[in-house]
Amino acid sequence: MIDPSRRTILKYAGAFGAFTMGLVTGLVKSSNAVAAQWNKVGFESKAMADALKALGAGNPVESKDILITAPDIAENGAVVPVAVVSKLPHTQQISIIAEKNPRPLMATFDVSSGSEGYVSTRIKMGETSNVWAVVKADGNFFAAKKEVKITVGGCG
Amino acid sequence: MAEPMKIRATLQGDIADVRILFLHPMETGTRKDSKGDIVPRHFIQNVAVTHNGKTVLDGQWSQAISRNPFLGLRVKGAKAGDKISVTWTDNKGDTRTDEVAVAAAL
Amino acid sequence: MPRKQNSITALAVVCLATWGAAPAMAQSGDPLAVGRQMLAEDNPGELWIERGKTLFHQKRGPQDASLEQCDFGLGPGKLEGATTRLPRYFPDTDRVQDLESRLLTCMVQLQGFNRDDIVKRAISPAGSNGSDVEALTLYITSRSNGMKMNVSLSHQKEYDMYKAGEYLFYRRSGQTDFACVQCHGGANKRIRLQDLIHMTDKKGVQEVVSTWPAYRGAHFVVRTMQWRLSDCFWQMRLPELTYASDVSIALTTYLHYQGNGAVIKVPGFKR
Repeated sequence: MIDPSRRTILKYAGAFGAFTMGLVTGLVKSSNAVAAQWNKVGFESKAMADALKALGAGNPVESKDILITAPDIAENGAVVPVAVVSKLPHTQQISIIAEKNPRPLMATFDVSSGSEGYVSTRIKMGETSNVWAVVKADGNFFAAKKEVKITVGGCG
Repeated sequence: MAEPMKIRATLQGDIADVRILFLHPMETGTRKDSKGDIVPRHFIQNVAVTHNGKTVLDGQWSQAISRNPFLGLRVKGAKAGDKISVTWTDNKGDTRTDEVAVAAAL
Repeated sequence: MPRKQNSITALAVVCLATWGAAPAMAQSGDPLAVGRQMLAEDNPGELWIERGKTLFHQKRGPQDASLEQCDFGLGPGKLEGATTRLPRYFPDTDRVQDLESRLLTCMVQLQGFNRDDIVKRAISPAGSNGSDVEALTLYITSRSNGMKMNVSLSHQKEYDMYKAGEYLFYRRSGQTDFACVQCHGGANKRIRLQDLIHMTDKKGVQEVVSTWPAYRGAHFVVRTMQWRLSDCFWQMRLPELTYASDVSIALTTYLHYQGNGAVIKVPGFKR
């Protein structure tokens, strides 16, 4: 049932290298399944710079080809919708970072085989902050940001 | 218990617009319940989407993705009737897979 | 150090040109609109419809029966259009009942549940899986999706309930001396960021009656009209509104009749 993950793990091992994929956690119960990768170092980073490092993103170039749709003001910080479009050719990976969250890295999506450079999800934000989209395209990292104002924090 | 997802996959040209609603507490592990005890971390860590069996999106989530999460993506090269399958796995090892067929544009 | 990105023409741009989303520029007008629209478009409340359907057909309670024989006004088990006619008079109980009150009647009579037990769990805790009542209320209402609110006052008791609801809507009560009309009787009112729907306006009240039950984002569960009314009472610092009480049914009758013509579209999405 979890066969697709196996191919994914092999792909990650080749493309990103050991340092971006920290400790493997989130083992799946099924005995046939292979453990899914989860970027523990990245997700536990307490500062955006560390999260970027864990993604292998270094200093991403700001790009106007990354479009973030998110509210100027979010009514409820626990449910902030964020959609990212990357017009960069050969978009491989989209990550979402909430700069001022205690742990800024929200999610990383590998879209390299068969999906458009587009994801939409909802995140918890503890306070008004820039929301960053960090995109890996053709092996290089790019970023864009949008400020989202929070009226009621979403972490409690 | 792993609750079923709601998946919508609609064709737009040759792109499948896929929208997934999940039922999951996505507990951060920092919230206290009414008795003052910390509610333990419990959240979806991985989401994989396949198109006719081939992985087209592989997502890793933090506990800061919203409760009862949502994921939208757009799958290239799709046709009506193609199978879109979504699998999530959480930090407790629970997992769930649901599948839909791509619906033709209205 | 950021460098200027050269513009690149690519197939990707052509593919994405069909997607008409607004780029990240300053949003003119209502700064809350984008967020609200994005959330409403994909509403977790929809997951409760399937739950409600399962519960409706499931044999439950001490009498091990389903709700398939429950009469919501159009005959036993007939759900399509039923909520467009509620609240209404029911001869078997000799009362005007709204959907939730009628659901209560059936859960007690057909399934043998204890009424107090149902009432105690009807409104679920925020962040929980939700109650059976919330899921059932949403499912039953969703069977009228696309249909117009069409409450009748032809029975004397229905008319009396309507008048009682109208009276309550305008009556100033309690320590705050509030009436519903003070918050909901004018245009463009809000409390902090929450818009107060203008319910003495046809469009406003139609929006109210067509979007409950709704997923309450901040609670992560589906909420019903009974909950909404009791929460308003709490906010007005009035005595607790009893679940499925005549007061709640009176207000619901008044609002639904005022909102006749509204097209049912549930689950709604509230913040």
